[in-house]
Amino acid sequence: MTNNIKLLIEFLGGLDSIFDNKRTYSVEVDNDKIKTLKDLIFDYIVKELLVKPEDNYSIYIQDETIRPGILTLINDVDWELEEELDYVLQNRDVISFTSTLHGG
Amino acid sequence: MSTSLTNEEVSRYGRQMIVQGLSSNHPIDQQLLLKNSKIVLIGAGGLSSPCLAYLAGAGVGTIGIIDDDVVENSNLHRQIIHSTSKRGMLKCDSAKKFVNDLNPNVEVKTFPVRLTNYNAFEIFAQFDVILDCTDTPITRYLSSDVAVLLGKTLISASGVNTEGQLTVLNFENIGPCYRCFHPKPPPPHAVSSCSANGVIGACIGLVGVMQAVETLKVLQKIYNKDNFEPFMLQYSGFMDQSLRRFKMRGRRDDCISCGKKAENKITKAMIEDGEINYFEFCGSKDYNVVADEERITVNEFEAKYWKNRNYNDKTIYIDVRPAHHYSISNFNNEKFHNIPLADLKSYKSDWNKLRAEIPDVDKSSEVVVFCRHGNESRLATRVLKDDFGIKNTKDVIGGFFKYIDDVDKSIPKY
Repeated sequence: MTNNIKLLIEFLGGLDSIFDNKRTYSVEVDNDKIKTLKDLIFDYIVKELLVKPEDNYSIYIQDETIRPGILTLINDVDWELEEELDYVLQNRDVISFTSTLHGG
Repeated sequence: MSTSLTNEEVSRYGRQMIVQGLSSNHPIDQQLLLKNSKIVLIGAGGLSSPCLAYLAGAGVGTIGIIDDDVVENSNLHRQIIHSTSKRGMLKCDSAKKFVNDLNPNVEVKTFPVRLTNYNAFEIFAQFDVILDCTDTPITRYLSSDVAVLLGKTLISASGVNTEGQLTVLNFENIGPCYRCFHPKPPPPHAVSSCSANGVIGACIGLVGVMQAVETLKVLQKIYNKDNFEPFMLQYSGFMDQSLRRFKMRGRRDDCISCGKKAENKITKAMIEDGEINYFEFCGSKDYNVVADEERITVNEFEAKYWKNRNYNDKTIYIDVRPAHHYSISNFNNEKFHNIPLADLKSYKSDWNKLRAEIPDVDKSSEVVVFCRHGNESRLATRVLKDDFGIKNTKDVIGGFFKYIDDVDKSIPKY
């Protein structure tokens, strides 16, 4: 029997452009396979949500983590205050990625 | 330092002075905190316009404005302190006139320069609080480093398209700095700008207004060392408007700017003698990929190709701007094909895909490539020559806008 958890994934600051122009995804993932934020990013988001990964992977990932210039938030908290990639996902977590803006 | 308000000032600021619950101070003392404050805004554009207007209106005593640009027609939809009659005027002079018209009590200092390693310390030292309203990571790192070294609070706002971000950095020399959030700069290809990606004036304006609100909290000491918590506000204008408050990390112990345990920390000397090179650190997109003989000027294009074109002309003309750019303004001629650079790259040398757009193209075709400013057309020229092997491909220097400037001013520029 599968052990699913529900998550809300958001792509802000223009990052939605590499996720089919959708800013929010309500998803259910198998918690036996997707346990940590690292699992979510590399085994779900990159495989299921990222559009044209051959072109867009480097806009999202660099050096095996989220690329510089993108902030990652777990329930509106900077992931550096949590366990970053090792954060253990909980049911109904909100995971947000936002590109840092520079214009003015 | 002022210790009293004139009757004119009491009547001007009365409506904000009677707002209760913000501070336990005497209302006159709260207003004097603003009157005795000195702030400087880096940039006098879309963020600064409303921010400056509200802070000047609120009675901040001294306001510096750093900007070396002049007012252009394309600024006016969002940079609302400037006006049509001020086109061509230095933005800092135009801003000064606006502020003095609104509130002659404010002393305005203008700096018609670009902020650099060499002038940042001298300018920042004259003020208490720095407002970053600029548009590149280069200035954001520079202003953060200098603010840390001088012990100044930095209120940093940004926006592009329909979104904006806002944060308070190096608060009272205890809060995190820009490098704590962003130890590594973003790769240049991932940085967007208002001129390239567009911006809704009302959205960037709202972020500028929020920047004014945060500045009031800092100047009136409503934030203090006990209650301040690092945060970042994220505004989205469309579809449903939303404002999110993200809780951010504190100072990074190993931050090379503000970290208490970092080795080889950045010093004033390292910035002023150019050892810290912000341009190199942030990098830039490399468009320098075609040789001179692969390029033609707009005048050569006009003389050799366009002026005397006829029905037998087999030359293929490609404009690689995004489709929504192309739809605003173009040569309005069926000989032109609009194939955005991203599409062209995604063909990965598949001739079927290229011929779906341009049926009679082959390796011997003569191709002329345009874009907006002559940057992306260079990348496209490489794709056509290297991926498809179309040897006779020419890049037009300066692109469509240069053609408008030098050859045909009747075409609209956006």
